[in-house]
Amino acid sequence: MLYLTRKAEFAASHYYHNPELSPEENRRLFGKCNNPNGHGHNYVLEVTVKGEIDPHSGFVVDLKQLKETMHREVLDAMDHRFLNKEVPEFRTQIPTTENLAIAIWRRLAPKLTNAKLHRVRVYENHDLFVDFYGEE
Amino acid sequence: MKAHLSRRYRFSASHRLHSEQMSDAENRAIYGKCNNPYGHGHNYVLEVTVSGQVDPNGMVCNLVDLDESVNREVLSRFDIENLNMRPEFADSVPTTENLCTVIFDLLNQDILKRKFTQAHLERVRLEETMMNSFEYSGD
Ligand SMILES: [Zn+2]
Repeated sequence: MLYLTRKAEFAASHYYHNPELSPEENRRLFGKCNNPNGHGHNYVLEVTVKGEIDPHSGFVVDLKQLKETMHREVLDAMDHRFLNKEVPEFRTQIPTTENLAIAIWRRLAPKLTNAKLHRVRVYENHDLFVDFYGEE
Repeated sequence: MKAHLSRRYRFSASHRLHSEQMSDAENRAIYGKCNNPYGHGHNYVLEVTVSGQVDPNGMVCNLVDLDESVNREVLSRFDIENLNMRPEFADSVPTTENLCTVIFDLLNQDILKRKFTQAHLERVRLEETMMNSFEYSGD
């Protein structure tokens, strides 16, 4: 088994708000991130796939295909977007880094044909990141 | 849905690697430059990983609570301190290995005692320099 990781970067804005909670509770829980006008991050996405090395190509996965899938499924939808308003998953979910990692996994997992998705890591910034390994 | 959340913190501390169990010559042989009697310092980077179910607010662990715990249990003890003078190292040499396990135990005890989160302390990773890092998961 071999693991291959591809990185990508995207910039997006978001805010945190739980409609089930009162405005005071929202402010207490989410602090500054509750501001409905949103704020932004330069997210770094790391996608790790695993598989056996193909004896003909010497590849675990065609990196070009992986890159294209990441672009089509994730970056085209999320780069330079307001996550709460423009990405369908976040009409009902709060776009925390945790939920972002889960949403990206769900977008990528069914589209990867040769290799198997192992981990989605999303950095909100250099000092905060989330790993998601699937829904077992 | 289970996810892992990691957060990085920084602190600076000095230490001297020296064991009372060994002769001065043995200490010099084993610890080299790190045995210098006046000590030396590092800018440590601490990476704390917790894991657990993502709650209805989209969180594995509230970061305000995690920061507060790390500040009290780790940074306030060790930042801008001489580790050899600390009670945590009264009986052990403050290598980064030992520091890593001490930090894991302090954070784990705080989570278990105060139960400020449902999340589980998965791992503590400590970077001593850009070149060396140490990880401990509690076993
Ligand atoms: Zn944010």
